[in-house]
Amino acid sequence: MSHDTEIQGRSQSQYEFDRRKSAVQMRKQVINFAIMIFLTFVAFATVVADFAPTFIKPVILLLAGIQVVLQLYSFMHMDDKHAPFIGVISTFVWVGAVIAFTFFLAFNTIIWW
Amino acid sequence: MSSVAVTKKKGVGAVIWDYLTTVDHKKLAVLYLFSGLLFFAIAGFEALLMRIQLMFPNSDFISAGTFNELLTMHGTTMLFLAATPLLFGFMNMVVPLQIGARDVAFPFLNSLGFWLFFLGATFLHLSFFMGGAPDAGWTSYASLSLYSPGHGIDFYVLGLQISGAGTLISGINFIVTIITMRAPGMTFMRMPLFTWTSLISSTLILFAFPPLTVGLFLMLVDRMFDANFFDHTMGGNTIIWEHLFWIFGHPEVYILVLPAFGLFSEIIPVFARKRLFGYSSMVFATILIGFLGFMVWAHHMFTTGLGATANAIFAVATMAIAVPTGMKVFNWILTIWGGSIKVTVPMIYALGFIPSFVAGGVTGVMQATAPLDYQLHDSYFIVAHFHYVIVGGIVTAIFASFHFYWPLFFNRAMSEKLGYWTFWIFFIGFHLTFFVQHFLGLMGMPRRVFTYMEGQGWDLFNFISSIGAIMMAIGVVLMVLNMLLSIKSEPLNCRDYWGDGRSLEWALKTPIPFYNFKQTPLVRGFDPYWIEKQEGNPEGMTYAEPLGDVHMPNNSILPLIMSIGLFVAAFGALYHPDGESWSVPVMVIGLGITVLAMIVRSVKDDLGYHLHAEEIIEIENELYGKGGNK
Repeated sequence: MSHDTEIQGRSQSQYEFDRRKSAVQMRKQVINFAIMIFLTFVAFATVVADFAPTFIKPVILLLAGIQVVLQLYSFMHMDDKHAPFIGVISTFVWVGAVIAFTFFLAFNTIIWW
Repeated sequence: MSSVAVTKKKGVGAVIWDYLTTVDHKKLAVLYLFSGLLFFAIAGFEALLMRIQLMFPNSDFISAGTFNELLTMHGTTMLFLAATPLLFGFMNMVVPLQIGARDVAFPFLNSLGFWLFFLGATFLHLSFFMGGAPDAGWTSYASLSLYSPGHGIDFYVLGLQISGAGTLISGINFIVTIITMRAPGMTFMRMPLFTWTSLISSTLILFAFPPLTVGLFLMLVDRMFDANFFDHTMGGNTIIWEHLFWIFGHPEVYILVLPAFGLFSEIIPVFARKRLFGYSSMVFATILIGFLGFMVWAHHMFTTGLGATANAIFAVATMAIAVPTGMKVFNWILTIWGGSIKVTVPMIYALGFIPSFVAGGVTGVMQATAPLDYQLHDSYFIVAHFHYVIVGGIVTAIFASFHFYWPLFFNRAMSEKLGYWTFWIFFIGFHLTFFVQHFLGLMGMPRRVFTYMEGQGWDLFNFISSIGAIMMAIGVVLMVLNMLLSIKSEPLNCRDYWGDGRSLEWALKTPIPFYNFKQTPLVRGFDPYWIEKQEGNPEGMTYAEPLGDVHMPNNSILPLIMSIGLFVAAFGALYHPDGESWSVPVMVIGLGITVLAMIVRSVKDDLGYHLHAEEIIEIENELYGKGGNK
């Protein structure tokens, strides 16, 4: 309700707590960013190293999958446990992913066209 | 503010303007209801024409080409433009009331969703007057529709693209509303079943409409710019359309039937005067049906030659859906079992629904058996099956809910006596029409034929079927008559019209004020109104907050303008392949109108307004007399 909105100033200890939390988050983001750069590098490397296509394709797909999950969790804040309705959001994202993956799998394995 | 004028008499112009600009979920529900009813009547009339043509062998009542247009428009209209908006009407009306909300999460988008649907639907129907309707069936298989002359298919593609966007917007709106706008205490496992099924069916919309949008877009590019996505002679693949269509199309039937299940799950406990049996298993079954609905699309394509493995897997997955659906049927029966049953019009529809729907479900499992489907495919057996499911499941739910929720919508009741007549005429007509079609199918009559030769043993059953169709038409006319007569009846001005209401929507006194709840209710358990009644609370609900100012959204004409822009642009796109010189300017103007309206919406802050506590008291006094909603 708009009429009982409360506005509170932050206390000193709250300020310090937030600061420490942001520092931790920043570190996590940088680490994840580094991992993603590394994974991208690995993907390029497999191509440059001229491995067999039967090896390259699944490896790149796997790396892409990991990147998507990292992207969702670290940069799109799905790892934020206290965000409102985060459980519902995760459920929707994962159900959508499972359904999309089923289509992908079905077309690649059982459906002839 | 607009609040004081709410109950005062207004001129016709003001009322029309009010409905064009409204963002109130109850008024949009009325708009959905009547536009849905309009398209239901049109599509029903098309069906009647087809049945008259098929009444006798070698009939020449309508030509083959017209018959193709009629069958296409009948299917398309009934699924996209009649059943969907009618169910959206009930969802709009009932869901916010059931969860104790003052409006949906995005009132502006709610209005935009309606107008996009309505103008898309109007665009599609203009095809009848502008050179021929689409004629490739509601599935519009690419191998047929790419070569359809004239603009029929273009109308189909553009019209469905626009109305599909509206449906998607409304679906997202309902998901957000149900998840974020529930009153304090309304946990997920206390939500009424209709709210649950609306949530799941909105989720299906969210996941299922994008494949349709993609498919329609590819079809658009193929037809208008000579692309070759579906043209096998140029390296495309016509089967891709079938997959995209059915990845959407199969969930679509669950999008429609799940809210219908929800409506019956509301009606049956009220008239059995018993708590819904197996609530948690009902919720589980709803979710499971929604999920499995995405895993079975290829069962529409058994005969395209997917191979034995795919057919076997999809056959088994399809049969698996019978399990959660069976759970639901048994739960309804066990709710009725041992109840103190009160037979009213909504209840008699519910009692008619259970056996009819089970019959449709059983023939569905027959078709899921892939080898048998090779026999049944494209025969009247299929027609009989899906009409048993759609008419027996969805249309009965809609008709029952007209009666059931009419007091909430209009503060009037529909006549019970006329309601019984309608039910029996419609119900008997329905079974006459479609029961014999099973046998026509088994005798080998193919679907979508405009006539047949005599002496094949089909004459009698076709005649019976057409008689049934005429009875169904009479039933619908009686239903509309009943609605019109209710205008003349006395206003009810009561709460809990049926006397045994259980969920929150019945705790409100009609006419429901535009802000719904003067104070947000506190939900203390499943069936909150029932709990309050048991404890003798005369106000019907416990409040979660003191009487205070209420924040409400402002009306807006922008959704209509945005939709008109797309409507105009669609004409430009339609005539562009003909080399008309005006087509590009029309497209630019149309899209310009839409973009301009979007910019206005983005730049101009519209924060709504506050309705003060004194104004609320004043409105309540005006609606319910001194003392307000007591």
